[in-house]
Amino acid sequence: MAGLVPILLALLLAPLLLGVINRTKAFFAGRQGAPVWQPYHDLRRLLGKGAVYSRTTTWVFVAGPVVGLASVLAALSLLPLGGQPAFLSFTGDLVLMVCLLGLMRFVTVLAALDTGSSFEGMGASREVTFSALAEPPLFLALAILARKTGSLSLTGILGAIDHGLWLQAGPMLLLVATALFVIFLAENARIPVDDPNTHLELTMIHEVMVLDHSGPDFAMILYGAALKLWLLGALVVGILVPAGSPWYVGWPAAVGGLVLVAVLTGVVESTIARLRMHKVPQLLVGSLILALLAMVLGAR
Amino acid sequence: MIGAHLINGGTLAVNEIPVLGIDGFRGWVCEAVSAGATLAALFGHPLPAGAGDGAGAGAGAGKVRLVAVLTWPLDGCLEVLAADAGDTYRALTPDCPSAHWFEREIAEQWGIRPEGHPWLKPIRYHPSWRPGRDAWGRPAGGEILPCVTDFYRVEGEEVHEVAVGPVHAGVIEPGHFRFQCHGETVFHLEIALGYQHRGVEPALAGGPGPRTMALMETLAGDTTVGHGLAYAQLVEGLAGCRVPARAMAIRAVGLELERLANHVGDLGALANDVGFLPTASYCGRLRGDFLNLSALLCGSRFGRGLVRPGGVAFDLEPARVDSLKARLVPIVADVGNAVNLLWTASSVMARFEETGTVDRATAVQLGLVGPAARASGFERDVRMEFPTGFYRFQQVPVASLPGGDVFARAYVRWLEVQRSEAFIAQALAGLPPGPVRAELPGPLAPDRFAVSLTEGWRGEICHVAQTDAAGKFAWYKVVDPSFHNWMGLAMSLRDQPISDFPLCNKSFNLSYCGHDL
Repeated sequence: MAGLVPILLALLLAPLLLGVINRTKAFFAGRQGAPVWQPYHDLRRLLGKGAVYSRTTTWVFVAGPVVGLASVLAALSLLPLGGQPAFLSFTGDLVLMVCLLGLMRFVTVLAALDTGSSFEGMGASREVTFSALAEPPLFLALAILARKTGSLSLTGILGAIDHGLWLQAGPMLLLVATALFVIFLAENARIPVDDPNTHLELTMIHEVMVLDHSGPDFAMILYGAALKLWLLGALVVGILVPAGSPWYVGWPAAVGGLVLVAVLTGVVESTIARLRMHKVPQLLVGSLILALLAMVLGAR
Repeated sequence: MIGAHLINGGTLAVNEIPVLGIDGFRGWVCEAVSAGATLAALFGHPLPAGAGDGAGAGAGAGKVRLVAVLTWPLDGCLEVLAADAGDTYRALTPDCPSAHWFEREIAEQWGIRPEGHPWLKPIRYHPSWRPGRDAWGRPAGGEILPCVTDFYRVEGEEVHEVAVGPVHAGVIEPGHFRFQCHGETVFHLEIALGYQHRGVEPALAGGPGPRTMALMETLAGDTTVGHGLAYAQLVEGLAGCRVPARAMAIRAVGLELERLANHVGDLGALANDVGFLPTASYCGRLRGDFLNLSALLCGSRFGRGLVRPGGVAFDLEPARVDSLKARLVPIVADVGNAVNLLWTASSVMARFEETGTVDRATAVQLGLVGPAARASGFERDVRMEFPTGFYRFQQVPVASLPGGDVFARAYVRWLEVQRSEAFIAQALAGLPPGPVRAELPGPLAPDRFAVSLTEGWRGEICHVAQTDAAGKFAWYKVVDPSFHNWMGLAMSLRDQPISDFPLCNKSFNLSYCGHDL
């Protein structure tokens, strides 16, 4: 039963991270900002609305948000938190987790293309291009950790990153965490890759793909995005916060770490501008290079 | 010079304007523009029955006379010449690209076809003002829908078209943009406007009347003082009114406050478009602070009710002068803090530099105006070249940069912000004494032609009018700076990533209603 706790924490607290990011940005902008609970209100409001469907869309458009949310929920069941085991764990589950995130993206892209809108087609093309560049560093980072810890499951890997490993391979772990943080920003459509607040269709990546979704469908997309933010953030935190503590230290430490990651994201978004679209690949390749450096350090 | 010349705000008797043959007219306009003049206005106006080449009553009925207003920056004077056009004439645009938009307007309004025009399409999508004549042969009485036209298309396997607008995400005006893209690269952008066409110019004919000033102040809501001032200058010229010095100074303060509010707002919006939060949020607030200073001046945040023919409607008492001075100081300091973050953040500069470049040659050819022209190294500023009112006594240095990119357009705004601040401080320190409004001595002089230019925050505003025998406007012509600059935006997008369009668009920040009239 303890394996359910990471899932429950994610389900309950993921939208809070969005609230924390927005609050941090408001602080830097000299504004009071929306309450940190605002994303929950938004979700409730969207769930109470009807949805509008264009005549050009088919069942693919309706299925997109459902399958997307289902895939990220499935991926969450593989996620260990605070050094405690995940709900499900088996050899090679890290590949499945990345695949589930890929499936989520795939159905979102399909739903976007289903609308036939030129904006959504552009967004889909950008999303696919950039995620193709974001996956190699993600896999490489996970592979390095698997090699170092000698485990091929997420529970095994994150459970093995303890004080001892930090003392032995601290620089490598730091590099991997940095590479993962860049991927975290890119995959969650944050600045400097994408601007979640922009209203300009021509510059959007992720947001433009979901322009036509409304009501409960859009709530599912927002909630799915929050869960994905939690999931990738938890990987970063899982490396940075050493395992080996009992659950009553591990879980609060992990949640605290995730809030700090959200604050850090807010700080990044408040202090730098968005990259030019054709510079985004350089950033992602940069994260790949960080992961490669980590591999060199780890092979010593 | 072949044409009659006058100064900014001056007038001419209608019969002083030389009426050339259309070939001579065409030849001289093209020659003058290539020799350094700029085309402030080129338009047609109906001839009253009884005028025109042929003798005898009724010879002019239904005829249209073309008028060109050229500005000669080195001489500081304006040149006016006219020609009577038939139903077609040889287009000027191939030899004088800055006539491009004007000739499309002439074709649309009067059904006169400029032969050989490379891009002859309507610009506002309204029926011809001469019933029965249409440059495109559209049936009379047929419905004309905005932006329904043959757009240019790029053909090819991997070329795709992206259509944006007229309804945009965000609280902005309607306009339609068609991009021909190859992947993320824009080959061609075509801009179609006209959704905001209200028929202002025909409504102004027969004036001035009680509504005229209100129409002027709402031509483009963000340029209230600019257009109001252009109109007031024109009427004062026609009525022979001498404006008190104090009124001139207060008008200039109002015009510069309008510039400050809009430039600071634009800098914030540029920061917002690249996702740079600090400047974006602070400039939004600071724009409001400048608007509040306008409200202190005249009770309206947008400067409505400030400028009136003969002067200004509100005096600045010493207490309000002090209040204005005192409030300006902290705002100026905050603007400096917020805007200088842009130039020191490398991530912002990476977005601004070498984005949406319009080189000087293109800017000159297209006849761009305002900060967009100055950012391409095309130094033109009505306040310096054709000064009127207070600008004849106190100069504003022209701010210009050679780059032509988004950075240059942003930095020119920042330079102008600083200079406007200094100008206002100086004007307030030495505000001339005396009354703030003179009564117009009488009705407008009959049968006279007047031109008035002002440098609005977007650039050169040109108003041209002619009075009839009764001293009423026979016709009234407005050229908003956006009219010159929309084509500049289209050119800035060539070979640019489509994701940079919003940034380029914001760096021009053109008016839709000012263009559509």
